[in-house]
Amino acid sequence: MLFNEPHPLETRVLTKRMHEPGYNGTVEAYERYGGYKQFLKAVEMTPDDIIGEVKTSNLRGRGGAGFPTGMKWGFVPRQSPKPKYIVVNGDESEPGTCKDRVLIENDPHLLIEGCLIAARVVGAERGYVYIRGEYRYLIDIMERAIDEAYRAGWLGKNIKGTGINFDLRAHSGAGAYECGEESALLESLEGKRGNPRIRPPFPAVAGLYASPTVLNNVETFAAVPSILEMGGKAWADLGIEKAGGTKLTCLTGHFNKPGVYELTLGFPVEKMINEVGGGVRGGRKMKAFIPGGSSCPVLTGDEAWPLNMDYDSMAKAGSMLGSGGVILMDETTDMVKAALRIMHFYAHESCGWCIPCREGTAWLKKLLTRLDAGSGSARDIDLVGDLAKNMLGRTFCPLGDAAALPTMSIVKKFRHEFEAKLSRPVSVPVTSPDQLVSLG
Amino acid sequence: MTFSPDLEARFEKLVASYPEGRTRSAVIPMLMYAQDELGAVTPELVAEVAKRCKVPPIQVEEVIGYYSMLHRKPQGKYHVQVCTNISCLLVGGEELYHHASKKLGIGHKQTTADGIFSLEEVECMGACSWAPAVEINYDFHHHVTAEKLDVLLDSLKKPQ
Ligand SMILES: Cc1cc2nc3c(=O)[nH]c(=O)nc-3n(C[C@H](O)[C@H](O)[C@H](O)COP(=O)(O)O)c2cc1C
Ligand code: FES
Repeated sequence: MLFNEPHPLETRVLTKRMHEPGYNGTVEAYERYGGYKQFLKAVEMTPDDIIGEVKTSNLRGRGGAGFPTGMKWGFVPRQSPKPKYIVVNGDESEPGTCKDRVLIENDPHLLIEGCLIAARVVGAERGYVYIRGEYRYLIDIMERAIDEAYRAGWLGKNIKGTGINFDLRAHSGAGAYECGEESALLESLEGKRGNPRIRPPFPAVAGLYASPTVLNNVETFAAVPSILEMGGKAWADLGIEKAGGTKLTCLTGHFNKPGVYELTLGFPVEKMINEVGGGVRGGRKMKAFIPGGSSCPVLTGDEAWPLNMDYDSMAKAGSMLGSGGVILMDETTDMVKAALRIMHFYAHESCGWCIPCREGTAWLKKLLTRLDAGSGSARDIDLVGDLAKNMLGRTFCPLGDAAALPTMSIVKKFRHEFEAKLSRPVSVPVTSPDQLVSLG
Repeated sequence: MTFSPDLEARFEKLVASYPEGRTRSAVIPMLMYAQDELGAVTPELVAEVAKRCKVPPIQVEEVIGYYSMLHRKPQGKYHVQVCTNISCLLVGGEELYHHASKKLGIGHKQTTADGIFSLEEVECMGACSWAPAVEINYDFHHHVTAEKLDVLLDSLKKPQ
């Protein structure tokens, strides 16, 4: 089901089928709209040619880090005698992000075809779609689609007489943001606590069961069939230089028309907010803008308006494109409270494996609670900034950075809001239920 | 331990889903599905999953504390999860949580005396563009208002 109206400014490549009237995402429907033809095309191509097309397409990972996909696939030692694996990251837990859900729910065979093409490239015979536990209904949808694909001969042994074997399974997570981090996800898939692994070696070389593994986000795999269909060059040209194609963008927060929309890379922020998103709620001013999930440095409204939605544009402005989860905050937003809620999340989700993250996020949460309650001191504001800065780059996995980056930017850009709260009566108890909801 | 035929079939499929000698991979999904049937992760279940996945029980124990969806105590028949993370917070998620708490008379991770409802304030659950969001057991509800939530909870409360 699609939960919001489409918009005419969308460019539908990954979502083109699901908008066809009556399209129901079954294998028959998918085949009727040209599905699985790109896998058959891939069989006729050499692995290097496929990687070449993906490189030409300028597809960059859609899970948040934006690593070039073609290059990543090229790192897999195809000659290794070990089995190779395909792993789909469907953990989708970055606050503000709800796009993989749209793809799996409405067109699960697109993801299966993407996996098949990746399997063809590296010679993998097994794959897993790791889906967060809260998405149980999507795991059910994925399993039904996988069963259909087996029955239709698109999975299993000697697929359509090509000599290719590929088994795919959906795998349930059980509630842990950290399991979206690729190495923690692999630990979880192996049945362990989701603690991150030291890297290198990267998953491409030693991933699932210490074997070469292609690990990508749902949207990344789902983009691959259209790259082969259109050709890498035409796909790249949809976007801008160095960032090809389209991105499923989740408009969240103070939009008049929030929703998930497929927009070309490099789409202007101004147009995205005012036209696609229907403008800022109630015609208010935009105070803050997060381009791609709560881990990104926060931009002020003034900083964000002239930018474009692509990797370089956001990096130049000091933020990141991230996962595509746009969070818009209008002028009524309490930025201290926003900083606290964001830190609350990271403190809750820190896996506890390394001390800077485990202790840093907990301490930051305490300080922000105090500041939000009006019982903090000016020194606390500096301490928040310093602590976050000292956590940055010093944790085992990037969860620590994810907590530090938004915090540092909010303290820097909205310091006046922290200062304004200092003058509040100090009698507000830190743990007042009105100030901090009971999450433990 | 015996389970429903559906769950038995699922277990069989799960164990066969991973390569030779890698049945430890089935531990977490198996706990998730079994917990739905039993209501909680019990000591017997831990022993059973360990046996079926051919791992020492400690390897089952150690994941239970890590994953937020695994729980040793039963929850209400309807587990009401209200998201108050940033995208939901901006459009009233926190007020909605307080409303649910007041209406049900319980707090975070508590269960009503009749065992029908339990409440949890949860982190982002991937419904941010259709916020504020509530998930009851595995059903998502979008653009939830206090009024909508009242109607929903009242309808669940009625004996079916
Ligand atoms: C704490 C943390 C959480 C993450 N969560 C997700 C997630 O939910 N989904 C996802 O695809 N990538 C997530 N990532 C990024 C993955 O580590 C990895 O970069 C990505 O899955 C690679 O696929 P891609 O190249 O297709 O983006 C997360 C990273 C970190 C550090
Ligand atoms: S922030 Fe509530 S569902 Fe994402």
